[in-house]
Amino acid sequence: MAKLPITVDKIIEDFGPHEAYAPKQGFQGHAEPDKLVKTHCCFCGMQCGIQLKVKDDVVVGFEPWMEFPFNEGRMCPKGVVRYLQNNHPDRLLSPIERVEGEGFKPIDWETAMSRTVSEIKRIQSTYGNDAFAMLSGVSLTNELSYMVGKFARVALKTANIDYNGRLCMVSAGAGNKKAFGRDRASNSWADLKHAEVIMICGSNVSETFPTLIHYIWEARDNGAKLIVVDPRITPVARTADLYLPVRPGTDSALFGAMLNYLVENDLLDHDFIDNYTSGFEETISSVKDHTLEWAEGITGIPAASIRQAAEMWGRAKTSFMLHARGIEQHSKGVDNVLGCINLVLATGRIGKPYCGYNTITGQGNGQGGREHGHKCDQLPGNRDITNPEHRKYIASVWGIDEKDMPGKGLSAYELVEAIHRGEIKGLISICFNPIVSLPNNNMVREALEKLEFYVAIDFFLNETARHANIVMAGALHEEEEGTGTTAEGRVVKINAAVPPPGDARADAAILKELAARLGVGDKFAYRNSEDIFNELRVASKGSSVDYYGITYEKIEKNFGVFWPCPTLDHPGTPRLWEDKKFLTPDGKAHFNPAPYRLSAEPVDAEYPILLTTGRVVSQYLSGTQTRRLGRLNDSYPEPLLEIHPSLAQQYGIKEREIVKVMTRRGEAEFPAQIVTTIRQDTVFIPYHWGGRKSANQLTIGVLDPTSKMPEFKVCACKLVPTGVIAPPSKESLAYQSR
Amino acid sequence: MALEPEKNFNPDMEFFVDMQRCIGCRACEAACAECETNGQETMIHVNYVDRAHSVQTTVQVCMHCEDPACANVCPADAIAKDSNGVVHSANTSRCIGCSNCVMACPFGVPKKMEAAELMMKCNLCYDRTSVGKKPMCATVCPSGALFYGTREEIRKMRPNSDPVNTFQFGAQTVHTKVNVMMPKGSTALRVH
Repeated sequence: MAKLPITVDKIIEDFGPHEAYAPKQGFQGHAEPDKLVKTHCCFCGMQCGIQLKVKDDVVVGFEPWMEFPFNEGRMCPKGVVRYLQNNHPDRLLSPIERVEGEGFKPIDWETAMSRTVSEIKRIQSTYGNDAFAMLSGVSLTNELSYMVGKFARVALKTANIDYNGRLCMVSAGAGNKKAFGRDRASNSWADLKHAEVIMICGSNVSETFPTLIHYIWEARDNGAKLIVVDPRITPVARTADLYLPVRPGTDSALFGAMLNYLVENDLLDHDFIDNYTSGFEETISSVKDHTLEWAEGITGIPAASIRQAAEMWGRAKTSFMLHARGIEQHSKGVDNVLGCINLVLATGRIGKPYCGYNTITGQGNGQGGREHGHKCDQLPGNRDITNPEHRKYIASVWGIDEKDMPGKGLSAYELVEAIHRGEIKGLISICFNPIVSLPNNNMVREALEKLEFYVAIDFFLNETARHANIVMAGALHEEEEGTGTTAEGRVVKINAAVPPPGDARADAAILKELAARLGVGDKFAYRNSEDIFNELRVASKGSSVDYYGITYEKIEKNFGVFWPCPTLDHPGTPRLWEDKKFLTPDGKAHFNPAPYRLSAEPVDAEYPILLTTGRVVSQYLSGTQTRRLGRLNDSYPEPLLEIHPSLAQQYGIKEREIVKVMTRRGEAEFPAQIVTTIRQDTVFIPYHWGGRKSANQLTIGVLDPTSKMPEFKVCACKLVPTGVIAPPSKESLAYQSR
Repeated sequence: MALEPEKNFNPDMEFFVDMQRCIGCRACEAACAECETNGQETMIHVNYVDRAHSVQTTVQVCMHCEDPACANVCPADAIAKDSNGVVHSANTSRCIGCSNCVMACPFGVPKKMEAAELMMKCNLCYDRTSVGKKPMCATVCPSGALFYGTREEIRKMRPNSDPVNTFQFGAQTVHTKVNVMMPKGSTALRVH
């Protein structure tokens, strides 16, 4: 494939992003809606309950769902305006096809399907089955996640299927499995409110999971002490009892030093360690030299603060450990996660009321999406694709011969690298925008230009889909029934509020027809989403992620059901490990040595500054959805370079001066925002934007060896001020600018 | 000029603002702008105190004064307080866009919408509160910085804080229907 069929500007003119402030047909006055549909927000892993107002088969607004127990009506700004995506002017209403020099033109489904299937067959007969790959996303429901994994293995017969949770949750998942044998937050959020100490590592909770913050504030009203580990003073860090301004890439040194302090001062739960864990001796011997002073030199956190943290953590009776991408998106993300888990195990504060260890899922269905088999190394029920027994069981559920099931494939970034090398020739993607969300995205762009055929299934023409030969108009979250699993492990019901508009189709219908045309229609003969869910229940039965006892009816009746739920009369499991029976081979929770090592790209004389990336409250991931919602853009209109005044002074950078940020992979320009709320050796850029504003032009594609998670959170950069002062921020004119 | 109150408005329900909890997310602004009465303009405003040094934000919402200066100075009798204590936005058929209210309000709340030559401000989501619902901003606020409920509820929820609705502007004391949450034992906020 060549480059884009027309200029980016022309594509944007045709397909956006354009900003919606109101429904396309205008507000409809105070007229009663035809119906209110109880469902869940389409954004982060909290999956807040919401009611969508529907009038004439269009979502026209929302009404808080006060009864849903997690959020009781509370929403973040993204949830408030999400309804504007339905009937958005940019919405794809039919399949479209690339026409050289003209852009994208509408085509009928017959053409889209037949051309796609003939290209899949051509590429696979020429280069082999694995030369056609699939990339998936975890905005998909559980049913679609399951169906995509099965589609790739049974219909495409390719090993190369992976998902965008590879950029989000895999380090946490790998750490969880190593330590506990199960990948799920240990507790429902309700337990958080009563913990004595809460330690948040690398999570800007208030901007990325705003509705969870209510639980943290409530805990503090109940007397909880809060420790926050972050290179930036985020809104939650601002209020902390103890703020630890960690140097990016050094978290494991902090956790190692804290563990060593707990050991030296005997702040341990010996009964729990002796009876319910293994690997303790080996682990503590790996940190015996990790003094507070040693850790201060590496992390930049004063030794006294580390001691204080260890004292607060060690002497508490109840505690909650939370972490997110800040410690996970590293080439040693799994080690960081294990470092946190070691602190939890050493104090034995798991499997008890108000004691927990929760990884905060970033993407909407990040939890469910990592359970049902669209990872390159995984089958449904979080089963291992290399395990003969697991393969045999899933093959029997799918009605195929186990030997016909492909093996382990390439992870997301590796898969794109294989495209770049010319080893993979064809790609189908669904709800994944790697050109914005993967690191080192100049490589991603080059890779896309080398594909012989690329078909995307999506509801907007995102930056990656602009490179497609065909884009199939899929469905929004509110247009297809299914289930999602929240960050606390609660399986919730996503109810369809409206049908897909125009000629757009439900994603399940698209995959079903493609499967039929690929000759395996009998394996995808689902009548509805409940059929898929029922097969998923069977596929998960007996696994570490057992959904068998969950039904649609049970979910609706109980405001969701926590897995594992192995039988129909089982109430679900909000709090894990109360029986102290862990799912590891020896039945014990495992301590794991997690020694500190350098990040992939330390600073040096040429690139002397640490660059880290993250999110802002008004945007979500690659911005495919949120950059189309005007009010969200008004809040934070463009990516800014956060820089400390002392670093800014060193380079002579002024407020809102446009600064060229350069790394070994690329360069981009951002207005400076000079703030004392960031470390002096670190700059921060949010990553939600594409093209010239993309932070991921700069980040590094080095992966964690276990989880294959890229190192988004730290690389080396240099700054070059341009002398040009950007105009006043649109933010200052927000809500008056329309 | 007093308006007749809606009979489903519950006078025991009050509005509480807890600035410490504000995370600057602007969910309140987005939710307020959904209100058709406002013409999709937000009547609540979130501002950084000093972004160069802190991520602390504040929420600016109409305090619904017991003796509203905005109404008192209105030459056109466009602003009215009802017997439930809700100070309503300017009656569009009366408002002459003179900005007296904008200058008089000690909390800096009313805004003149230049394009429409009208004053607009929060009316405590009267379309919702008058039928027994909560104001949209307080309903959606993800952090609990805004709360609408009874004094008893907030006392139970925030044992370390007290609601305060007495403000001291120099020699002038202003009582409001809306409360701010302050450290336990506080009874008034001296503004300057």
